[in-house]
Amino acid sequence: MPHNRKNDVALNIGLLRALRSLLPPESVLVDAEDMRPFECDGLAVYRQLPMVVVLPETIEQVQCIMRLCHAQQVPVVARGAGTGLSGGALPLADGVLLSLAKFKRILSIDPHNAMATVQPGVRNLAISEAVATYGMYYAPDPSSQIACTIGGNVAENSGGVHCLKYGLTVHNILMLKVVTMEGDLLTIGAETLDSPGYDLLALMTGSEGMLGIIVEVTVKLLAKPERAQVVLAAFDDVVKAGEAVGSIIAAGIIPAGLEMMDNLAIQAAEDFVHAGYPRDAEAILLCELDGTHAEVSEYIATVRKILTGSGATEVRTAVDEAERQLFWKGRKSAFPAVGRISPDYYCMDGTIPRRQLPHVLRRISEMSAEYGLAVANVFHAGDGNLHPLILFDANKPGELERTEEYGRRILQLCVEVGGTITGEHGVGIEKIDQMCLQFNNTELAQFHAVKAAFDPSGLLNPGKAVPTLPRCAEFGAMHVHHGKLSHPELERF
Amino acid sequence: MDEQDISLALQQQVLDAFQNKTPLAITGGGSKSFLGRTAVHAQPIDISKHRGIVEYDPCELVLTARSGTPLQEIEAALAEAGQMLAFEPPHFGDSATLGGTIACALSGPRRPYSGSARDFVLGCQMLNGRGEILRFGGQVMKNVAGYDVSRLMAGTYGTLGILLETSLKVLPRPAASITVASECSAAEAIASMSGLLGKPYPVDGACYHGDRCYVRISGSAQAVKEARTRIAGDVVADAEKFWHALREHELPFFRHPSLSGKARLYRIMVKPATPPLSIEGSWLLDWGGAQRWLRSDEDIATLRRRVELAGGHVTVFRGGDRDEEIFQPLSGPLLTIHQRLKASFDPKNIFNRGRLYADL
Repeated sequence: MPHNRKNDVALNIGLLRALRSLLPPESVLVDAEDMRPFECDGLAVYRQLPMVVVLPETIEQVQCIMRLCHAQQVPVVARGAGTGLSGGALPLADGVLLSLAKFKRILSIDPHNAMATVQPGVRNLAISEAVATYGMYYAPDPSSQIACTIGGNVAENSGGVHCLKYGLTVHNILMLKVVTMEGDLLTIGAETLDSPGYDLLALMTGSEGMLGIIVEVTVKLLAKPERAQVVLAAFDDVVKAGEAVGSIIAAGIIPAGLEMMDNLAIQAAEDFVHAGYPRDAEAILLCELDGTHAEVSEYIATVRKILTGSGATEVRTAVDEAERQLFWKGRKSAFPAVGRISPDYYCMDGTIPRRQLPHVLRRISEMSAEYGLAVANVFHAGDGNLHPLILFDANKPGELERTEEYGRRILQLCVEVGGTITGEHGVGIEKIDQMCLQFNNTELAQFHAVKAAFDPSGLLNPGKAVPTLPRCAEFGAMHVHHGKLSHPELERF
Repeated sequence: MDEQDISLALQQQVLDAFQNKTPLAITGGGSKSFLGRTAVHAQPIDISKHRGIVEYDPCELVLTARSGTPLQEIEAALAEAGQMLAFEPPHFGDSATLGGTIACALSGPRRPYSGSARDFVLGCQMLNGRGEILRFGGQVMKNVAGYDVSRLMAGTYGTLGILLETSLKVLPRPAASITVASECSAAEAIASMSGLLGKPYPVDGACYHGDRCYVRISGSAQAVKEARTRIAGDVVADAEKFWHALREHELPFFRHPSLSGKARLYRIMVKPATPPLSIEGSWLLDWGGAQRWLRSDEDIATLRRRVELAGGHVTVFRGGDRDEEIFQPLSGPLLTIHQRLKASFDPKNIFNRGRLYADL
């Protein structure tokens, strides 16, 4: 619901005074200069300074802040490392920005029960590093894993290149401690494999800071595979590469990672990190197999046979760990690599049923010509998650607007073929209008009702993730020229 | 229109019930009617005729089926393509349906190693208590648009709405499987099963029953062969039968005469490495020690106190007074959220009232 707080200066001062009595001076920021680092997340085209930034360091402090804000009806936006790509942590001018940066302790590691309990500000990679000594790791590995924190991973249900085999964040956590808008501390999930009552853990994961503030996370740990090996295959046609993916899966193999890049992405990555990719290929596939020694050897042989049979022009198995890392480095640096060849780029995040890949890539390429904007495609081929990167120059008048419209049409296309507008980056503020394409009014109303069950006053991250019905009506009116009205039953204004 | 699609007729029944505030009891194959609490007396709404596999493309690893589809039919279709439901759901009877399996969130021996019923849910179509047909999630592996209502539906025992259709992630069946067993004490079994969690071996089942620790190893032919040399124990003949009997509660342990008398079958969830609990009764440990079955006369209140101390929770799975709280009671603030969520889906409280908790 839209938030209409009276912009009352006296009230702000009252709140500030209360916050300052609660937290040390360096943990309450109000100067624009101090708050600048918090004005945006990874989607930097949206920027907004909050009313105040607070940096609590105990759960009790978070509870007190929430009670204060609830009493004064001030909205709160939670923030982890700020690496999110959909503007989910964008502050509100009249709101509190609650940073969890000081919650960075690993509280316990329990290898016998394959779990670890950490504070939300612990970096994703730091968990795997801390448990490596037990031969274990935390599976989800979003590309930002060096910097992103586990609290944000839970809020966004982050994935990574290994999620076809190992799942998303929702599959790899056991328990959360959450502070509600009213300041109550809830334990959601359990240290056991399931917990009594509704599966609120599933609901909380990916809820984009709309339902509660995550203050503690218990993650599941896995045994580190004995061996991982990657095969690189080049194709002169993206359709053949797509078919090869289907054939690998049909053969009963679930690769640990299965990534595809198109020619522009290959070239950009090759120029940047010299991964040894074949520059003239229309597409490459990276297929990683992991498991025990014998298992990996068996799968590598099978996968090589399938790739060759699918018409690959070249099939290469990384000869050693260094080459394996290099193959991955090219893929993992695809985004910054594209950043080097274009002043700006806009990363999309749709998911499609894999069989639709040839059709979707053809349409993306047709639209690329229509808008006069180049696009590089990076694809989590195993799970259908497509990242078209639209290249543009924000300094050229009108180009950002054209890019955004192109991006919207790509997402619309994903929905039309039975996919979704966001596979892993979240809705945030960025894709709030596209939610109207994927969900109808009754579904959106149900989402609002779910939020109200946790946050009846609607003060947690208002305006994100789920659009209001009037907003969808306006969006439908704006985009009527692209197709049928999405909400013909609503009045237009 | 597809005659196996009766969603509009079901919708009309819910709309009428909403209008008249008539409580409804959702029924499918009836195989799981013994689970949960005694719901308040209600008009039955039968989803078993809403059936059929709507979409299944083995290459996509996704199957979508209507709730009334027999689990057997789904498993047969998957087996034909060399795939399976990797959470190995118990059927508890030939009439088991997909809807009931998801609504009760039942998973079998593979659960700790591959994931639970809810883990494999990708999307659903449901009828809420206002008679609205809603779709959440989708038919793709990764989807973070909107709250994860489809996974929330797993384990709600029909209290939030009627599942019409569910999309599930499916997986290839392992090419090979072998089970080894060795004689040991419960404490030794717990230590060795929890030790396996730290090893990269392709284990997909571990239980302790009748003084023996059983470990199932599944994967590629080479992987199984290799793991066999690393995990001690004698190869069990006819192992498939054993795991099936364990999953379906057909082992003599679950059919003991005392269960028709005073004894109850308790499901006790603890951290897997928890040492044996000194509670009087007969034990069977599944899920590598994480799910423990206890046949005992011990009263539920005493039992809950003891298990809570170990950080676990208890369900009265079979027997006992089905009017008391069968599932572990919720703390105050959590119960409030549950009640508000229930009201948000089912404002007139018509669905399966009291089946999960007396106050829900």
